[in-house]
Amino acid sequence: MAYTTDEVLAGLAELITDETGIDASEVALEKSFTDDLDIDSISMMTIVVNAEEKFGVTIPDDEVKNLKTVKDAVDYITNNQ
Amino acid sequence: MPVTLKEATGPAHSRIYAMGAARGENAVPNDDIVGPINSSDEWIRQRTGVITRVRAVRETGALELAVEAAREAIEKAAIDPAEIDLVIVATISNVQQTPSISAVVADRIGATPAAAYDVNAACAGYCYAIAQADALIRAGAARYAMVIGAEKLSDVIDPTDRSISFLLGDGAGAALLGPSDTPGVSATSWGSDGSKAGLVGMNATLTQFRDGEAAWPTLRQEGPSVFRWAVWEMAKVAKQTLENAGVKPEDLAAFIPHQANMRIVDEFAKQLGLPDTVAIADDITTTGNTSAASIPLATHRLLQERPELSGGLALQIGFGAGLVFAAQVVVLP
Repeated sequence: MAYTTDEVLAGLAELITDETGIDASEVALEKSFTDDLDIDSISMMTIVVNAEEKFGVTIPDDEVKNLKTVKDAVDYITNNQ
Repeated sequence: MPVTLKEATGPAHSRIYAMGAARGENAVPNDDIVGPINSSDEWIRQRTGVITRVRAVRETGALELAVEAAREAIEKAAIDPAEIDLVIVATISNVQQTPSISAVVADRIGATPAAAYDVNAACAGYCYAIAQADALIRAGAARYAMVIGAEKLSDVIDPTDRSISFLLGDGAGAALLGPSDTPGVSATSWGSDGSKAGLVGMNATLTQFRDGEAAWPTLRQEGPSVFRWAVWEMAKVAKQTLENAGVKPEDLAAFIPHQANMRIVDEFAKQLGLPDTVAIADDITTTGNTSAASIPLATHRLLQERPELSGGLALQIGFGAGLVFAAQVVVLP
């Protein structure tokens, strides 16, 4: 069963909270991982690996560099399920 | 009648008798290196766990560090150095490509005419060399083996590089191995993936430098990609190593991964589900990342600070440029 955009956003927010302690309510589609949420490259990679497992997707290293905002990640996961 | 060749035979097992260590003379704090990378002490501590890294003075090379570490191991093992018939030095920072460091080390520690060669397996070099020494002793090709990881990485860093240079230190760690009545080194899990050679390594060749096409080659890495590989791929290797050794996480006294970055170490330990009883090496915090030397240096420090770990089992795993990796469980001396 495919996850909806809302479900992916909620799941991603949970993973971000687990890794960084950022409140899930802060995780909105327009937020930039680096500029708004202050997530560094190592934490980002941890979130990516956990997202792969949670949503059953593959996110190659080269693709991670293109995930600038939460929306980028939600869209990628939604479209590659 | 055809002649039947005689083959060497060795003891059933080998083990590590003693460890030795040598660190660069100067402890360099973060504040001394943050200028050229526009960083801060807090940023480096938070992202890598490093507080200081040790760096050697100009006159001290990987060779001198290797000799000092080896002498300590010989003294602790109380073995006559003339008995040592194999010397393996793992290094990526020998600035003189030939002769090998190993042959000169063998001579300086009194082991001539021991067989001697260098291993280039980056941060996995020490575990590669332990695998070889163990196998060669059990095959009867050597009786006592000196395995050393030795690096002077400060010769191959760029102070303006934000990817890896600020992590790196200089040092050498040595392990003296010999025959044993009981198993002291488990089966090794090792391998490589040259398709990822570009993730970490030197940024130019010596011929490019000679021809004026590049500056003095220095180390670079793709940090996030290396992090992913080092934690999640290496966790699989570590688990397989434990299984092959017949060891459960709770049987371990210590976990001694290559000291690449404290966040790799922490996440790695988390992935393995190690109980609190397992000591986790954190030598990187004050020594820095010393590539092939990091595991023996971390082992030496653990044993110095917690002598009760002696006789216990340690899972050690090296991983780095190549990419290459090697892991085994050893009985701590």
